[in-house]
Amino acid sequence: MFLINCPFCGERDQSEFYSGGEAHIVRPKQPTELSDDEWAEYLFMRKNIKGVQFERWNHIHGCRKWFNVVRDTSNDKILSVYKMGEKPPVNYK
Amino acid sequence: MPNYRIHKTEYIDETKRVSFKYDGRTYFGYEGDTLASALLANGIHLVGRSFKYHRPRGIVSCGAEEPNAICQIGSKKDLTEPNVRATESELYEGLEASSQNCWPNVKFDIGGINNLISPLIPAGFYYKTFMWPKSFWKKVYEPLIRLSAGLGKSPTEPDPDIYDHKYVHFDVLVIGGGVSGIIAAKMAAKNNLKTLLVDDKKILGGSTIYQNNETIKIDGELSSEWLKNEIQEIKKLSNLTIKTRTSIAAYHGYNFLLAKENLTDHLPEEKRRNKIRQRLWKIRAKKVVIATGSIERPLVFNNNDRPGILLSNSINKYLDYYGVTCGENIILFTNNDSAYETSISLHNKGIKNLIIDLRKSASSKLIKQAESLGIKIYFNHVVTNTFGYRKINSLEIMKLSEDGNTTVGDKIKLSCDCLGMSGGWTPMVHMHTQSGGKLNFRDDDQVFLPKENNEDQISVGSCNGDFDLENIIDKTVNKINKFLDIDNQDYKNTNIICSKENDKRNIWLLPNKIPLGKTKCFIDFQNDSTSKDIKLALKEGFRSIEHVKRYTTTGMATDQGKLSNMHALGIIADTAGVKMGTLGTTTFRPPFTPLTFGTLVGRNVGKFFEVVRKTSIHEWHVENNAEFENVGQWKRPWYYRKNGENMHDAVQRESKAARDSAGILDASTLGKIDIQGSDASEFLNRVYTNAWSKLAIGKCRYGLMLNEDGMVYDDGVTTRISENHYLMTTTTGGAANVLSKLEDYLQTEWPELDVYLTSVTDHYSTASICGTNSKKILNKLFPNLDLSDENFPHMSFKEAKLENINCRIMRISFTGEQSYEINIESKYGHALWKMCIEAGKEFNLTPYGTETMHLLRAEKGFIIIGQDTDGTMTPSDLQMDWIVSKKKYDFIGKRSLYRSDTIREDRKQLVGLLTDDPKEILEEGAQIVSDIKSKPIDMLGHVTSSYFSPNLNKSIALAVVRSGKTMKGQKLIIPMENKNINVTVSDTIFLDKENKRLNA
Repeated sequence: MFLINCPFCGERDQSEFYSGGEAHIVRPKQPTELSDDEWAEYLFMRKNIKGVQFERWNHIHGCRKWFNVVRDTSNDKILSVYKMGEKPPVNYK
Repeated sequence: MPNYRIHKTEYIDETKRVSFKYDGRTYFGYEGDTLASALLANGIHLVGRSFKYHRPRGIVSCGAEEPNAICQIGSKKDLTEPNVRATESELYEGLEASSQNCWPNVKFDIGGINNLISPLIPAGFYYKTFMWPKSFWKKVYEPLIRLSAGLGKSPTEPDPDIYDHKYVHFDVLVIGGGVSGIIAAKMAAKNNLKTLLVDDKKILGGSTIYQNNETIKIDGELSSEWLKNEIQEIKKLSNLTIKTRTSIAAYHGYNFLLAKENLTDHLPEEKRRNKIRQRLWKIRAKKVVIATGSIERPLVFNNNDRPGILLSNSINKYLDYYGVTCGENIILFTNNDSAYETSISLHNKGIKNLIIDLRKSASSKLIKQAESLGIKIYFNHVVTNTFGYRKINSLEIMKLSEDGNTTVGDKIKLSCDCLGMSGGWTPMVHMHTQSGGKLNFRDDDQVFLPKENNEDQISVGSCNGDFDLENIIDKTVNKINKFLDIDNQDYKNTNIICSKENDKRNIWLLPNKIPLGKTKCFIDFQNDSTSKDIKLALKEGFRSIEHVKRYTTTGMATDQGKLSNMHALGIIADTAGVKMGTLGTTTFRPPFTPLTFGTLVGRNVGKFFEVVRKTSIHEWHVENNAEFENVGQWKRPWYYRKNGENMHDAVQRESKAARDSAGILDASTLGKIDIQGSDASEFLNRVYTNAWSKLAIGKCRYGLMLNEDGMVYDDGVTTRISENHYLMTTTTGGAANVLSKLEDYLQTEWPELDVYLTSVTDHYSTASICGTNSKKILNKLFPNLDLSDENFPHMSFKEAKLENINCRIMRISFTGEQSYEINIESKYGHALWKMCIEAGKEFNLTPYGTETMHLLRAEKGFIIIGQDTDGTMTPSDLQMDWIVSKKKYDFIGKRSLYRSDTIREDRKQLVGLLTDDPKEILEEGAQIVSDIKSKPIDMLGHVTSSYFSPNLNKSIALAVVRSGKTMKGQKLIIPMENKNINVTVSDTIFLDKENKRLNA
């Protein structure tokens, strides 16, 4: 069970959090301009990486804030956390 | 009665005699015994029948690895517990135990016939045999297999014991209280680290605590004496917590571990009352030291499973710790030095014994000691067979060939009443691998060892493959200093003398002149798999260790193969001609030893199992005979039983009254979200399918919310309270998820919007009054409020005072009747409700529950999210195109509404159904077809809602049907088990299509 360092509350048990899947998938500003395939790409397609992955997490049983997590899915190590709207740390790209 | 307790030890209190029952007979032991040691003291080896062949089996070990001595403890219906290892069960006055998997009893067992027909039931027997004839499965095979499946009996009544959970945080957790664990804990705690030391046994000290061999000394004393001093010392350390009778069950990521502490299992029943039986510790440790030791390996030879055949080191522990000898004429069969310690100890207590050693010769201190004591040793020999049905009485040995692949020379027959086997040692790497650690293979003695992989965890002692005491202590001290980054000098001058093993010879499957097919060389004692099962699996093409394991069930019993996995791997490697290290191991999964359900659930039983939410009006519902329905965590009145009527009659009465005069519903459970901020209107525009910007202050509007995939997600009425203030209602079950979803969009997609969401579901109680007389009742409650349709029309909102308490009144309707929802602060909810009831008396105001609510809305064709929808319905599928704004540029899910799949015309669509026989009520969930003759029958859809409408005096139903929109007037069929019901597709609105009643 992870220990997650919520950027607002500090280190907390995983059971307080909700995982929101891959991060940095921006909702298209003009969905009506997109083809079915382009919309499906946004809607359904996820990378599901083995290795360093950028994820969204919500401190749902705490401050209820969403934030981003950089996690290595091969060993579950959390490498970094940062707030929504902040740029992802470049050294993991 | 025989007595095998031959000497006194400090761990057995002979002043405290304890009586216990085994298989109905009374025996005696002493305080300090385990059930196993007490049975052995009474000369009892035979404790069970094996799972498949029902062969007699005896106690094999003295710990958690025990495969055979599995007992049913206790006889009470609520307290009996199956599959308890007798080797771990501490003896107490009045303990009742019985053997498992035998009928009528352990000495004469009918299932023993399986042993005689065993050539007929090889590995994969079940898979191969019960395939044909097909019709036999249900009537013959399954009942038979169920009869013989499983071990022990579960309790049949609820567990009365108390269980507990506890969260703790430590700097260092040390798992295992043997010599290396004690050293590690002492070093950590003396360095001011908050340390927890756990051990599954009653006392600390591991196997060193009863060590009494003169060749092994620390600082001039016996190692056991030295260790006792160490234990005395660590008990004084203030920042060290020691938990005995506590075993780690699971090691999860981020150093999160679960441990089970046994608190009362060793006490007589009358002393357990009102005490916590077991506690689950949830431990977070910054660093973890694994010192779980190792377990001795059995040897794989013909008939190696008879009662009286034990692990050599277990014979030693029963002797030196419990004072019990496992026999009077013992043979030890070994491939390493450790059996010599047992032999010398037996010899010193006057027990006749001899040694059969696979090795050609050996020359350590221990061996020289044994030789000098005159103990007979057969080097380069192997046991080829054993004899004796209920207990071993003799065995045959033969000389090994030079390469060890076969036997040579003549058989030698030796008599004995006990055989000890030692096939070397297997480090307990379970904890290391459970935490994600990888393993290395050491060819030298064929062991898997932890590969150090992170800075938060380390393995020390024999679980790390260090077997002699000097090695264990030196390495532990060095590694702990480095691991904790400290400089402890306590053990710098410790002088350790011990015997060093020089010679090794390992043969996984011992050679025999008898063809393998005619031998019984057991690998997994509990699941009865033999070496020939493994070979058969390989012959049939299984290669992966995971597959061989499942096909032969090796390692899949309650002991999870603690004694068998290595042998299975070794035989696979030898047979396939590959290196054992390249095979890998099967996965070590938690729990390490079985856990009780009670420990896992802790206090979350009975009324604490799940949170129950009740409205402030709940007590009134109870007093008025409401039957309740669970909606999410809420308890909602389902219907109110009046004068002993049944549910159908109650619902018909409630439904009729609600339309004919007046009905009242507790609507407090509907989700309520308070929305404020200068962008609130824009926000609603984006989350609902319809337009919100033009909703006037004081008006209400129904909204439909989609997922981004275009499927209907939630619905409800939202009221504009002021310019920048809305009150949204959601479905009862969807409230929390809707709030989370809206928060997600606000925080991540639209952070620029000035909107604040607050859940106010619990803040308000809601009484919803509907029916033709609702206006009159409202008038009595709020005489100063202008209720005229001009001033207070449908879909509008007023603030009013009930006496001097503020209320919000919405004129909205889910029933199709004129209807008012009165919201008041929750603490006044009960009072409001009683005032409504009082005011409504003269109008037969009838309280109604969710069932009537569902019926009334179905008459009007209003959907219920989750009943008429299932996450695959678009607004168009629901015939609700009217609520989807064409003008709005975007809203959640809009783009998905014209994907190629969502515009298909043959999607399932919501329709009404009328039965040809108006009295016939359809079953919700029933399948709908048009043609029952052509096979396979084409399924068109299913019934989602079905009721008998008292207001229309006929049966009505809603259903989803493929291309349903175009089928109005068509005949369809609902095939049921014993009849076919004819129905006609209708409109979804059955009553008052013109909405006249809303303003009646």
